[in-house]
Amino acid sequence: MIPEAEPLLSVQGLKVHYPVRHGWRGKPLAVKAVDGVDLTLHTGQCLGLVGESGCGKSSIAQALLGLVPATEGVIRLDGHEITGTAKVPAMALARSAQMVFQDPMSSLNPRQTIREILSGPLRLHGMTDRAEREARVAEMLSLVGMAPEVASRYPHEFSGGQRQRLCIARALILRPKLVICDEPVSALDVSIRAQIINLLLELKDRLGIALLLISHDLGVVEHMSDRIAVMYLGRIVEEGGWREIFTAPAHPYTRALISAIPDPMHRDRAPARLGGEIPSPLSPPEGCAFHPRCPLAMPRCHSGGGPEFTRISADHRARCHLLQTGNPHV
Amino acid sequence: MTETVLDVRDLAISLCDGPTPVAAVEGVNFSINRGEVFGLVGESGCGKSLCALALAGLLKAPMAISGGQILLEGRDLATLPPREMRHLRGNKVSMIFQEPMTALNPLMTVGDQIGEMFVLHRGLTARAARMKAIEALEQVQVSSPERRINAYPHQLSGGMRQRVMIAIALACDPALLIADEPTTALDVTIQAEIVELVLDLCRARGTAVMMISHDLGLVARICNRVAVMYAGQIVEQRSAGDIFTAPAHPYTRGLVDALPRLGRRLERGQERLTEIGGVVPAIRDFPQGCRFAPRCGRVTPECRAAPVSMTDLNKGGRVRCLHHV
Repeated sequence: MIPEAEPLLSVQGLKVHYPVRHGWRGKPLAVKAVDGVDLTLHTGQCLGLVGESGCGKSSIAQALLGLVPATEGVIRLDGHEITGTAKVPAMALARSAQMVFQDPMSSLNPRQTIREILSGPLRLHGMTDRAEREARVAEMLSLVGMAPEVASRYPHEFSGGQRQRLCIARALILRPKLVICDEPVSALDVSIRAQIINLLLELKDRLGIALLLISHDLGVVEHMSDRIAVMYLGRIVEEGGWREIFTAPAHPYTRALISAIPDPMHRDRAPARLGGEIPSPLSPPEGCAFHPRCPLAMPRCHSGGGPEFTRISADHRARCHLLQTGNPHV
Repeated sequence: MTETVLDVRDLAISLCDGPTPVAAVEGVNFSINRGEVFGLVGESGCGKSLCALALAGLLKAPMAISGGQILLEGRDLATLPPREMRHLRGNKVSMIFQEPMTALNPLMTVGDQIGEMFVLHRGLTARAARMKAIEALEQVQVSSPERRINAYPHQLSGGMRQRVMIAIALACDPALLIADEPTTALDVTIQAEIVELVLDLCRARGTAVMMISHDLGLVARICNRVAVMYAGQIVEQRSAGDIFTAPAHPYTRGLVDALPRLGRRLERGQERLTEIGGVVPAIRDFPQGCRFAPRCGRVTPECRAAPVSMTDLNKGGRVRCLHHV
C-alpha cells in the first residue's frame, strides 16, 4: 500500500465530551465518549472501527458529520477543516460525507416516495433542473441494483434489504467521497446481509469512495476492511492492517474480542471469558482503561494516564504496557 | 441420559384473524433429551419464536396452536387449560428473552422478582424466598448478591440484567429452558460469558435447553443437535457438527456460504459472498410446493408441484429437499 500525499480524512486528537449533571445542584461532569482519537482514511479504502457499545465509535461518526461538536481536535476531510472556527459550511460537508444507518426501517421517511427521498438532497444542493434530477435518481437506483420504476413507491413497500439499498442510494446521490456505515447489516436477515456487503464493496471499488465501517461484528469487519481500528472506552487501543489485526493481535482486548466469537469449525474451542463489565465513560478507571478486565494486568497498568502507542510494525500499533517491556506473552 | 424431556409432534400454529386460519408453522417435529442443548435457527419470520411461545404457553391471539402435541415429560401442553399452564410455566418450563430490560419488571427489585418464583411455585415465605434469591444470584455469578437483590433493573448493566433473567428462569429447576436469542442484545465479550453461564448451570442440573438464534455460528458451537427453520417448517435437522461442515439443504448451504465468518478472508481472500436471492415469503404467500423453491438454485418442476416431506439422510439427520446434497 502506497500512502497518498494527503489522506481523504484525517482526524487528530479528537475529543467528544458530553456534559452531564447528577441532580440539579450536582457537579457538572463530562462523559468522555471520545478521548483523543487519531484516524486516517484514504480514498478507495475501507476502515473498520470496532468496539463494544459505549466505546465512542458512533460519537466519532457524528463528529465527522458535524452532528455533534468536537470538544477538541482537528478533523480534515477532503482538504478542508471541519472543526474549529474555520470549519466548512454544513451544506459543503454534506456533499463530502454521508451516512448509512443501522435500521433501514426507521431511517426512511414513510410519507415520502423514493423519488422524493432521493431527489430532496439534489434540490437542496442546487440541482434545479427536474430532468437532471430524475436522471440522477434513475442512475443511483440502478447503481444499487433496483429498477428505476420503484421511484414512485413508498418505503413500506420494500423489504429490509431493499430498504438498505435505498438508504445507500440516498447516501451516494450527492456523490460524496466518504460514506460512513454504522452497523449497515446488523438489522438485516442473515441471508440478506451478503447482498448488502457485496454491494458496498462493489460500490467502493467502482466509485472510489472511502468507507468508514462501524460494527461490532468482527466477521463483517474482517471481510470488508483494509485497515481496522479497535476502540475501548473512548480511545483507540490497536490499529493496523486487517491481516495483522486478525493474525497477530497485539492488545489483550483485541485478542479477547476475537476469541469471544464462537467458531463453528472448532466446536471444542470454548470462547475466552473476559469477566467484568465495560466501565462507564463517566468514571473511567485510572491507568489503562482496560486493566480491570485484563487477564495480563500488571501493577503499572493501574496508575498513570494509560499507555501510549507502541509501534509493532510500520502499519500496526497498539496501546499496552506489555508491548513496551517486550513481554513474552505478546 | 436419553430420557426425553420434550417431544413435539406435528406442531402447527395458525394465524386466526380471517375467515380461514393461515398456517404460520406446520409439521414441526423434534424432541429434546435431558441435559441436551437443542438449537433452532432461522431468519426473522421463519416461525422459531412462535414455536418457543407455543412451548411456554404464551401464544397470543390471533396466533393459536392448531394441531399437534407438545409433550413435556409426557403431559400435552397444547391442550392444557391456561390455569394449569400457569402452574407449569416457570416451574417445569421457563424462558429467557432477548431483551432483559423489557422482560424484567422495572418497578420491582431484582430480589422480589427472583423471590416471586419461590413464593408462587414453592410456597415459601417472603423471608425464605429472599434467602433463596440471594443464593440464586450467587449461582449466576453476580458479585455481592446481598446488596444487588435490592437493586432495580435500571440500576444494572445489560449483562447483569440477563444474569438476573437466568436466575429467575432457573430458580425452580425447570426440566426445559427456552432461550430466545438470549445474547443478541449484548456486547460480544459479554455474550460469550452469558452463553457459557447458561450452559454450565444447565449441564450441572441436567436441564434440557432449547436455544433459539439466528446466529448459525453460535448454535453450531454450543448445541448437540440443530434444526433449521424456513418459512414455518423445519427444513433440516442434524447433529451440530454436520450442519456447518456438510449442510444438506440448499437453504442451509446458502446461509453457511453467505456468512462472513471470522477467518474466511484469510482462507479464501475477499471474494464475493454467495448471495441467496429474493426474500423470505410472507405467511400468506407461502409457495405451494417446496417453500424455498423460488430462491433455490437446484429447483426442478417437481419441487413446485407438491409439498416436500422430511426424508432421512444416510449420514444421519433429516432434510426436507428432493435434491439435497
